[in-house]
Amino acid sequence: MSTGNPQSSAHSPERTGAPAMSDTAVQTPGDTPGSAPATVRSRSGVPSSSAAAWRRAKRQKRLEWIAVHSVAIALALIFILPFVFLFLTSVMTDSQALTTNFWPQHWVWSNYRTVFNVPGFGTWWKNTIEYAVLGTALTVLSSVPVAYALAKFRFPGRRVAMLAVISMMMLPPQVIIIPMYLFWAKQMHLDGTLWPLIIPMAFGDAYSIFLLRQFLLTIPKEYLDAAKVDGCGEVRTLLKVVLPMAKPAISAVALFQFFSCWNDYFGPQIYASDNPAAWTLSYGLQSFHGAHQTNWNMTMAATLLVMAPVIVVFFFAQKAFIEGVTLTGVKG
Amino acid sequence: MATVLGIGRGPRGSRSAVSLPVPPALRRKRRRELSTAVGFLSPWLIGFAVFFAYPLISTVYFSFTHYDGFNAPTFVGFKNYTYILTKNADFWQAARNTVWLVVVMVALRTVFGLGIGQLIVKIRSGAGFFRTAFYLPYLAPPVAATIGFAFLFNPGTGPVNHFLGELGLPQPGWFTSPTWSKPSLVLLTLWGIGDLMVIFMASLLDVPTEQYEAASLDGANSFQRWRYVTLPNITPIIMFAVVTGVIQTMQFYTQAIVAGQVASGVVGNSGQPFQPGYPSGSTWTLPQLVYNIGFQNFDYGSACVISIILFVVAMAFTALLMRRRAGLVGED
Repeated sequence: MSTGNPQSSAHSPERTGAPAMSDTAVQTPGDTPGSAPATVRSRSGVPSSSAAAWRRAKRQKRLEWIAVHSVAIALALIFILPFVFLFLTSVMTDSQALTTNFWPQHWVWSNYRTVFNVPGFGTWWKNTIEYAVLGTALTVLSSVPVAYALAKFRFPGRRVAMLAVISMMMLPPQVIIIPMYLFWAKQMHLDGTLWPLIIPMAFGDAYSIFLLRQFLLTIPKEYLDAAKVDGCGEVRTLLKVVLPMAKPAISAVALFQFFSCWNDYFGPQIYASDNPAAWTLSYGLQSFHGAHQTNWNMTMAATLLVMAPVIVVFFFAQKAFIEGVTLTGVKG
Repeated sequence: MATVLGIGRGPRGSRSAVSLPVPPALRRKRRRELSTAVGFLSPWLIGFAVFFAYPLISTVYFSFTHYDGFNAPTFVGFKNYTYILTKNADFWQAARNTVWLVVVMVALRTVFGLGIGQLIVKIRSGAGFFRTAFYLPYLAPPVAATIGFAFLFNPGTGPVNHFLGELGLPQPGWFTSPTWSKPSLVLLTLWGIGDLMVIFMASLLDVPTEQYEAASLDGANSFQRWRYVTLPNITPIIMFAVVTGVIQTMQFYTQAIVAGQVASGVVGNSGQPFQPGYPSGSTWTLPQLVYNIGFQNFDYGSACVISIILFVVAMAFTALLMRRRAGLVGED
């Protein structure tokens, strides 16, 4: 976000669609306009009293600038420092990591190589990437047509379908976990693998459907009508017209899903805990700490390695990400 | 819908003569529309049936049975309910902890998220940097973030207590102290405030500037502008943040279990006995209890009772959200 002139007040940055918020009741307090006391507007040819007022306003603005930025800097430090400490500890020697020192005496970069020698660490990477990539691809493929139908088709039961999507989205995973586990373990015999987590994603993910639908609502109907006039069926309209326009929302959904697979702890714990060969990073990391209790440096190196891909992806896709978060809460 | 299209089924006064030849074609069109919609929705319709409706009904069924996963389930009436509600001491402790976490976390996260959002909107220089700094911790995978915090706040060698010691302040046991374990978890979730910050930031930028100008002309001071312009405009977003916050916090699981395991020094995942809710049950939450009763004690019936309690509360809050923000569902 570029920060231009300091005068520019709350101007919203590039944002698509109309942010149709519901009730926007405005209660303006005080007496009616007209009695506005000597509004400070013009800078040239003003009486000296007004110039003083203007100077006072300017000073106040500068003070506010200083206050806002000092608070922001202090808070930003608090937010960033944990990462710095984790990093500094991760490059310490085994013995120094047990002290209260902040700064590494010797920078042991090889810690990052050593963690890969820990049995299982490589496998967890492979499993996590498989889970996240497959899960994301399946989610996007299965959710886009559903979201399109919910946003743009008129059919009986559309409202009910939307209510069902929101209920699924809000459902705590623990509510259905016991029948789901029994289904995958006793009937499908897929426990000890990550398939019970991946396969359902081929059947639409409620959160992704909801988010995509919110975005697709903002695409003007005229575009779709034009495609129909050109002889496109619904499928071709979706592929040729809607998909290119929905790219930001699709990338946001893909990112969210990728991260939620990457971060998932509960799922692998339920289905894969008995089989270390199927563990993911999020699940395995904890046992890693257990096995290397006294080696905070190794644990911190592994912890940072688990965080790294998510943060790297974020820096490449920051805009899509922020737009996605906004879409979930503000619009609609 | 039928009324929108303007043609009812039966003859309706003078117009019926004109519309007589239309119904077959229209019905065909509607049927085609419906079948297209079903086609697009089909992945999700299967998902809804297999991964939502079926397990939900099963959960209700299992809650009335005794089932250990090996012997066939036997009907026991309300026995599981009376067991959970009157005989299981862990349940009430977990319920109390969950309510505590919901109230404190949601309140603090909402206020803090709004505060940071407000700060970001006011920042003129380096807004991009600050936004990234405040957002980044939200991305840290929960397991990694929790292990990191357990290190930073570890009573012996952690940097936080080291700092507090230098300043001559008391050094609590954080994740190892029954009094401080929940506040420590709150700090962890406040660190990951990024999602709320972005939502509030976007909604604050959406407040029409004219309203602020009008309020200023009426002589409103900055507090009055906030109270009578900003607040009414963002009330729907606050409501959204609170309701989704309640539903999310009810599911609070990963951080609580990982913090307990790391702080207690148990070798995670290795089968070594772990006292859940460490220290002294202060981090027990209802989702952990589902896991513990279901997957450690193999008492699926009783675990399903807790699932149902979670379900009822989650759906009550979802219904509240739907009533207040009907726009999320849209019209039929």
